Amino acid sequence: MLKIENLHVTVGESEIIKGLSLEVPAGEVHAVMGPNGSGKSTLAYAVAGRSGYEVTKGDITLNSKALNEMSPDERAAAGLFLSFQSPMEIPGVAVMNFIRTALNAQRKQRGEKEISAAEFLRFARAKAKVVGLSDTKLKRPFNVGFSGGEKKRMEMLQMAIMAPAFAIMDETDSGLDIDALKMVGDVVNDLRAPENGGASRGFLVITHYQRLLDHIKPDRIHVLADGRIVKSGGPELAAELETHGYDQFAGEAA
Amino acid sequence: MTDVKQGIAKETVETAKALETYKYGFSTDIESVKAPKGLNEDIIRYISAKKEEPQWMLDWRLEAFQRWQTMSEPRWAHLTYPEIDYQDAYYYAEPKSGAKYASIDDVPEEILQDFEKLGIPLREAEVLLGVKGAAASAAEARTNPDPNSTPNGEKPKVAVDAVFDSVSVATTFQAELKKAGVIFMSISEAIREHPELVKKYLGSVVPVSDNFFATLNSAVFSDGTFVYVPAGVRCPMELSTYFRINEANTGQFERTLIIAEKGSYVSYLEGCTAPMRDENQLHAAVVELVILEGAEIKYSTVQNWYPGDKDGVGGIYNFVTKRADCREKNAKVSWTQVETGSAVTWKYPSCILRGDNSVGEFYSIAITNNHQQADTGTKMIHLGKNTKSRIISKGISAGKSDQTYRGLVSIHRKADGARNFTQCDSLLIGGDCGAHTVPYVETKNPSAILEHEATTSKLSEEQLFYCQQRGLGEEEAVALLVNGFCRDVLQELPMEFAVEAQKLVQVSLEGSVG
Ligand SMILES: Nc1ncnc2c1ncn2[C@@H]1O[C@H](COP(=O)(O)OP(=O)(O)O)[C@@H](O)[C@H]1O
Ligand SMILES: [Mg+2]
Repeated sequence: MLKIENLHVTVGESEIIKGLSLEVPAGEVHAVMGPNGSGKSTLAYAVAGRSGYEVTKGDITLNSKALNEMSPDERAAAGLFLSFQSPMEIPGVAVMNFIRTALNAQRKQRGEKEISAAEFLRFARAKAKVVGLSDTKLKRPFNVGFSGGEKKRMEMLQMAIMAPAFAIMDETDSGLDIDALKMVGDVVNDLRAPENGGASRGFLVITHYQRLLDHIKPDRIHVLADGRIVKSGGPELAAELETHGYDQFAGEAA
Repeated sequence: MTDVKQGIAKETVETAKALETYKYGFSTDIESVKAPKGLNEDIIRYISAKKEEPQWMLDWRLEAFQRWQTMSEPRWAHLTYPEIDYQDAYYYAEPKSGAKYASIDDVPEEILQDFEKLGIPLREAEVLLGVKGAAASAAEARTNPDPNSTPNGEKPKVAVDAVFDSVSVATTFQAELKKAGVIFMSISEAIREHPELVKKYLGSVVPVSDNFFATLNSAVFSDGTFVYVPAGVRCPMELSTYFRINEANTGQFERTLIIAEKGSYVSYLEGCTAPMRDENQLHAAVVELVILEGAEIKYSTVQNWYPGDKDGVGGIYNFVTKRADCREKNAKVSWTQVETGSAVTWKYPSCILRGDNSVGEFYSIAITNNHQQADTGTKMIHLGKNTKSRIISKGISAGKSDQTYRGLVSIHRKADGARNFTQCDSLLIGGDCGAHTVPYVETKNPSAILEHEATTSKLSEEQLFYCQQRGLGEEEAVALLVNGFCRDVLQELPMEFAVEAQKLVQVSLEGSVG
């Protein structure tokens, strides 16, 4: 489903991703772990097509569609969702208005019918309950003055509503308490359920901690260090990293 | 509403792209009668005669003209434009078939179509002055269910005065307004039909000698709107004037006079457009608002004069004097403006807060793109006790444009307990544009409480990417962020125009990123 081959990404003058290959088949969850500054967010941004994150070499495909030349919104319409490590505030635009406008823009690009305000409201309210955002929050300007945890809930609300083909979750768990972690797990697991099309959906979960992976069972874990995948393995790798840290990879990355 | 309006909405979206960024850039092919080029006493006599004005009006104009000849163009604004040759323009143009029309059948099809393209509901309502039964059928037409209507399904009524070049061509809903005692007609008609009111108030807020452009307007003003709301009357519908410059090389000098008697209320909206032309056209308007005890005027503007092309060729020079006089206690005025057009804008809607406890508000969105320049702001003159003013200005500069907010808050000696709140926010899109904030404060009374907040920010790449990641195209994302930035002002607009204004924001910023 998501296939990254020999990816090189330059930000400004420096090459941050230095020949990274990764494949997440449909229906699977892969985790990416790695020290701060190893290039995890850079990878996420490059896949999402952020300007300034220049792909100098390599191919990114989603369901065999080449993403490289697509604008960020085209990638979104193709089913790619990024849960941001630091979500943005959008002053003056109400939460519901923002999400509905974005969702309809995606649907329009895919040639689908726009969703009506009433239908959207019903649907979005139900999802908001799951992620733990109150009705009053939904009427406020998007993320403005929200706590870090609330902003992460807002990311999950959008993921639940948009039900993307492929989601990259960039440290969605950091700054969340135990209940919130469980909520993230619920949202992901609901999207993974076979009756919700989970078999054709994929996730790339960027995290530092085992505790999120207790809720979301990953199929594979990759260790990213200095712009490369230095180790891949099964779920047991997470526990090993938790005890031994990333030091063992410092040599390999250099 | 009817097909026409819906047709427009669709067309708006489609033609906006086709016509690059300026969607009103068509000109209408109708024969017109013009005064000879140039400006002299004979031209003024010609205009006055065309309008069948009384002698006092002609004398007033001639006196203004004499004054104007002794004045020179102000150059203090942060604007650069070539010398204007005032002799190289036409000061009067009217559609050949004559000015006002007795029935809708007499209005040339081209003019109707022109206004239809602009989304002005003249034809759909089938209302023109004096057409019997028109108001009633229009009222019906407007209450039909419509996707754009208010939540309760009722479309608020809007009476329209349409000014085409120098002439008012149609005023709707006159009968219904008359029942409420509201006078809403072109200023030319008012001069003939209500000379006592015009004589009393014309020039009483903006004196003939006020400034170069106002004096010029006083000499040559062609048409405009007159509104009189009697004591205690709440005007039963929104009033609206649409101004359109069509003829090449023709200046438009409209004059608007609104009087709100004690305890009355009126909400008025003006909209402006012009065709795309390579040469610059001059627009110098004067708007005077008189607000008496306990009355309120809400004046909204959606200014979308042709801004010139992306290289800065053509466009309207917009030099406007707008002033409200809160003449008695508890009077209130609010100016709300969305300024997206014109090559050059020079405009400072002002409030004279003379009556005790009177309130002045100024809500402004100014968007400049490409090579547009705007020097705009407001003046709040506090004369009475406990007068309050509030200024919210949102400036958005994109492309190679430049804009200046210039605001004066003046507290006079006797204005005990005066208060002002000013918030000025500038948003820059790209690295080639400019934004300047020039606040002037004069306080002669120590009891005044003044608050001023100003911010300047750049459209954030991170926010833009966030929106795009969620599925919005780049231009949609810019429009969404800018509309969010303007929220506080947009919500001051009458509801049905707020939607139009939001679309306008998007259209004016096309091509500003990427
Ligand atoms: N906009 C940028 N400009 C320059 N360097 C950047 C930029 N963004 C990230 N980097 C650098 O790229 C490296 C990887 O950063 P990042 O992808 O954020 O790491 P991670 O998410 O793994 O903590 C870091 O050394 C960081 O300093
Ligand atoms: Mg990161």
